[in-house]
Amino acid sequence: MSIRERLSGNEAAATAMKQINPDVVAAFPITPSTEIPQYFSTFVDNGMVDTEFVAVESEHSAMSACIGAEAAGARAMTATSANGLSLMWEMIYIASGMRLPIVMSLVNRAVSGPLNIHNDHSDAMGVRDAGWIMLFSETNQEAYDNLLMAHRIAENENVLLPLMVCQDGFITSHSIENIELLEDEKVKEFVGKYIPKHYLLNEKEPVAMGPMDLQSFLFEHKYQQAEAMRNAKQVILDVAKDFEKLTGRKYGLFEEYRLDDAEIAIVCMNSTAGTTKDVVDILREKGIKAGLLKVRVFRPFPAEEIAKALSHVKAVAVLDKADSLNGAGGALFTDITSAMQVNGVQVPTSSYIYGIGGRDTTTKEIESVFNDLMEDSKKEKIENPYRYLGLRKE
Amino acid sequence: MTNIDKNTPASKMTIGGEIYEAGNAREFKTGDWRSVRPEYIPEKCIQCGLCFPVCPEDAIPVGKDQKRTDFNFDYCKGCGVCAKVCPFGAIVMKTEGE
Repeated sequence: MSIRERLSGNEAAATAMKQINPDVVAAFPITPSTEIPQYFSTFVDNGMVDTEFVAVESEHSAMSACIGAEAAGARAMTATSANGLSLMWEMIYIASGMRLPIVMSLVNRAVSGPLNIHNDHSDAMGVRDAGWIMLFSETNQEAYDNLLMAHRIAENENVLLPLMVCQDGFITSHSIENIELLEDEKVKEFVGKYIPKHYLLNEKEPVAMGPMDLQSFLFEHKYQQAEAMRNAKQVILDVAKDFEKLTGRKYGLFEEYRLDDAEIAIVCMNSTAGTTKDVVDILREKGIKAGLLKVRVFRPFPAEEIAKALSHVKAVAVLDKADSLNGAGGALFTDITSAMQVNGVQVPTSSYIYGIGGRDTTTKEIESVFNDLMEDSKKEKIENPYRYLGLRKE
Repeated sequence: MTNIDKNTPASKMTIGGEIYEAGNAREFKTGDWRSVRPEYIPEKCIQCGLCFPVCPEDAIPVGKDQKRTDFNFDYCKGCGVCAKVCPFGAIVMKTEGE
């Protein structure tokens, strides 16, 4: 039987890490993810885990220590947010380029400046092309579940890529929700032992990692990373299937909420999906065929699958909690519209930038998006596809 | 796996460029970095032994008889230090390809 608890998102992430019991955790405190290494260090102090906790002096060092540990043959984890991730940036690429399956808990927060410690997705969007698998979590439960599945995906021999599990800073990280935990033994069995094929501390096989890789080779190595990312899609689904057998909780590349027969749909990630589900239910009672597509797996991007899932609707709004500041919509919007175009799906689609710097996004605002979509669905061409939600203009 | 070159397909390369054996620097032929090459003129060489100790790449082979032979162009980067130390004009630097 699973254990019923009530935990904040950070407690859920720290609990998952405790049950995974990695060899090394290297992390540096930064709001709103601070509690994860804080709770974890108490687990270490109380002898509840076997982990070597490295209290580093910066996030650059945190990722560097994880890289060193993982290359040595250990299972390494970390947690961070916003500017902490920015400081890791150089090493983020080294981790994926060296094909080290490090797992990170990323508690999403606005990247300064001006200084802001609240939730948006600008930190995650800054590393969206860095070769990390990126899973997004609507609830504390999903943040926990995604972490339990993370190592099985990242360490798969056809994948071998680092992975980050995202959740919304404060909105889920500091909100206490009901949660179902697995028993320690079951987690241990599910996650399994990490047996790296090649590692630095193997005295029988001296190995050089991260060597010079000039014009004749880097291209092919980057292609291998892209292939691994493509392979990850099936692995993510396979692991989810095993996880469902264990817990009854079902996960796909994305969640379709009342999307089957929907005429208008919102696409978004993380906690806003919860708000949107509420609005979908309200609108459905009024006879309006609203639906939601919640992206769980953002990298690899399930382009074909998403395009297919949206092919029958009459208008789509993509909600981005980070402005790409390119004057042409958010990153998720760009990916979604590209996916539809390439797969021959022609649906009027608009970009909504919302919730920047922790701005609340209410059911009323989500409803206004659906109202816009009802108008859009009557038109052949959208005149103003680059929109804002909850912004004061004048 | 260190025996790869510009014709090796991605499927035959290790991930992350990893090298699963030690002592592999000799597999990395650095001679193609060269823009000028030293030319060895044996008739002028008196085997004084000044050139080979200054070669940073150990690209001047010396036999058991303590006599040097022609350059190892797999590794010679054309730095010209040997030509500079030779008192007898037995090493002349030439532009690569001429």
